[in-house]
Amino acid sequence: MVDIKTINEKGIEVLKIVGEVDASSSIQLDKAIHDVLEKGHKKIIVDCGSLEYISSAGLGVFMSYIEEMKKNGVQMVLVGLNPKVKNVFEILGLDQLLNTAKNKEEGKIMMK
Amino acid sequence: MKYSCTIPCEKEKLKDLREFVQASLNNHDLSEQDISALVIAIDEICANLIIHSHKCNPGHSIELVIKILKDKGIEFNIFDCGEKFDINNYTPPSIEEIIKTRRKGGIGLILVKKIMDEIEFLPGPDQNICRLFKKIRVH
Repeated sequence: MVDIKTINEKGIEVLKIVGEVDASSSIQLDKAIHDVLEKGHKKIIVDCGSLEYISSAGLGVFMSYIEEMKKNGVQMVLVGLNPKVKNVFEILGLDQLLNTAKNKEEGKIMMK
Repeated sequence: MKYSCTIPCEKEKLKDLREFVQASLNNHDLSEQDISALVIAIDEICANLIIHSHKCNPGHSIELVIKILKDKGIEFNIFDCGEKFDINNYTPPSIEEIIKTRRKGGIGLILVKKIMDEIEFLPGPDQNICRLFKKIRVH
């Protein structure tokens, strides 16, 4: 079960993910990111502070947008990953491909 | 020590399966990081079976048996009667390929191969066994 809330903080779209993203719920993450991009937002923070678990289905969603974001000049930073989630990113080397930061404030600085 | 559980082939049951793996491994003095890596590997293998071999048919089921082999490691056996899928005959796409082609699947089995030390697929006339082994000091 996952709940994703989107709020705009001074021109930055913040997606807050609460719960677990697995094969059954990754479609919700996909829709949330798709909707933000469709509205033309260029700066996105994905707040993972309450993301308890993510499997490949969820990681695949982030990866599937890397090219599109690069092409359209969209910046995305994932913030607040817990150590277990971070470990999965590191096993796959995704920490090299996706921008991550400790918290929202650091994430915002990265996008300036 | 042995633990077993059976779940119907529904993606929504993966959470129960993860909780079962977590609870079983919690009793054996493993680090949180090791447990979470093993939980995700089992989640990935079973999600793959549920989606691809069983087409999410809730009338089908898969059984997971976890064997703790003291000081040697942990053996996971997944029994099912679905379409045969030999993970060892499958070469996952590279991360770069996945990004280029914008595909959403394919990284689950990369994770399994990185986390587990041995992977065997034992097809049978009545049921298949996917056996995963993690070499780890376990009590």
